[in-house]
Amino acid sequence: MRISKIIPILALLTILTTSYAGAQCKAFAKKVCLPELGAFTHDGNYHAAVLVEGEEAELYKTFYSDMDYRIAICGEDKLPDIEFKILDGNKNVLYSNKDSKYAKTWDFKLQSSQQLKLIVKVLSRSKPSETPASGCVSIMFGFKVKK
Amino acid sequence: MNKKSGIGSGILICAVLLAGSISACQTHGKKSAGEEAKINVPKDNMPAVEELKKARKIFNALPSPLESAAIVKSAGSRFDPRLLNQLDNANSYVTNKSMALNLGIYTCDLSFASLYEQTQLIIDYMNAAKKMADGLGILKAIDQTTIDKLEENINNSDVIMEIISDTFLNSSSYLEDNGQHANAAMVLVGGWFEGLYISTQLVDANHLNNNKLTGRIIDQKLSVDILLNLLESNKGNKSIDEIKVQVIKLKAVFDKIKITTSQIKPEFDNASKSTLLKSDVKTEMTPEVFKELASTVAEIRNSFVK
Repeated sequence: MRISKIIPILALLTILTTSYAGAQCKAFAKKVCLPELGAFTHDGNYHAAVLVEGEEAELYKTFYSDMDYRIAICGEDKLPDIEFKILDGNKNVLYSNKDSKYAKTWDFKLQSSQQLKLIVKVLSRSKPSETPASGCVSIMFGFKVKK
Repeated sequence: MNKKSGIGSGILICAVLLAGSISACQTHGKKSAGEEAKINVPKDNMPAVEELKKARKIFNALPSPLESAAIVKSAGSRFDPRLLNQLDNANSYVTNKSMALNLGIYTCDLSFASLYEQTQLIIDYMNAAKKMADGLGILKAIDQTTIDKLEENINNSDVIMEIISDTFLNSSSYLEDNGQHANAAMVLVGGWFEGLYISTQLVDANHLNNNKLTGRIIDQKLSVDILLNLLESNKGNKSIDEIKVQVIKLKAVFDKIKITTSQIKPEFDNASKSTLLKSDVKTEMTPEVFKELASTVAEIRNSFVK
């Protein structure tokens, strides 16, 4: 089969399976990650993607004073640990879960509202000769309004 | 890279994505190391995997409609039902753009109604949001079971918030998973503008000081770049491009507001197991700039709900 015919077929298959994987990712996020928010109210936003070992994702978000927040980052069991870091606008690292045995959650509040950057990285476990694992990674935010 | 190897690499990346998509998220249980899902890529093609890794996923996370409403509530503001989008307007939204924007707007209004325990409005605005979701073809995001659960728990604000959060998650994930990224972005845009519109209408330009809500309005300057990046990632869509022009106009007003922040110092509190990010902030917004901001926000928001 000519390459020009293979590409559209692969593209179509990719779209169809991405939609399927997306639905599976949502189910994973709701079943596994949502409970990690505990007593915090989930903001309702959906941030999830299929990541490969060694791959990174980044997220930009404004967090407000007068609110308590919990970040929950969850990866499927078939993935290695997931490292996440929170950085300010000057790229200073404010938190890394590497110092907390790759904890899935982090609770925080702010004295003044800030735009922060979140970097999520799936660590590499495979040897160079092996092919990397891939799986769903979900990022969720919960909040509590200070009484 | 020559053309042939470029195509080959492209096919390989498609194959990796395909394999990754199929293997992804198929189980939630623990697996032994031997059972782990692996992508079958020949060793000599590993550079293509490295190429894939460089395509970093970026999320531009605007506050959700639920969070936007909570921000206003946390500032101790009053509730004014006249500021919400009229329920009758729901019948006039027929385009994808108007339905997506107003799904965000009605969800924000619904969140306000919930946070201020306006029981009848909660049902009414959930029905309006359902109409928008149905129009966008979002299957089962808000069904009769959701409405029934809402009615059964109408006096339990925690459960109501959970239901709103869940329905919004279902709607936004459905749009993202079905390639409707522009619609998903517009839902967020609608919710963000509604929160900002209601905030600016609740503040008196002559009494900006000592009003916590003024601070929350100024804080929205921090999200304007995120909003523009979200729109930029969907550029080429006619509706998104139109909204982007409006947001650029809004950014020009926000640029007149000054925010100076000191360095952030994290401080862990062992008792609450929570970290306080300590920093001082100085802001500057004149009544004239506030009036211009309020009028620009109202103009854009009203173009969404007309």
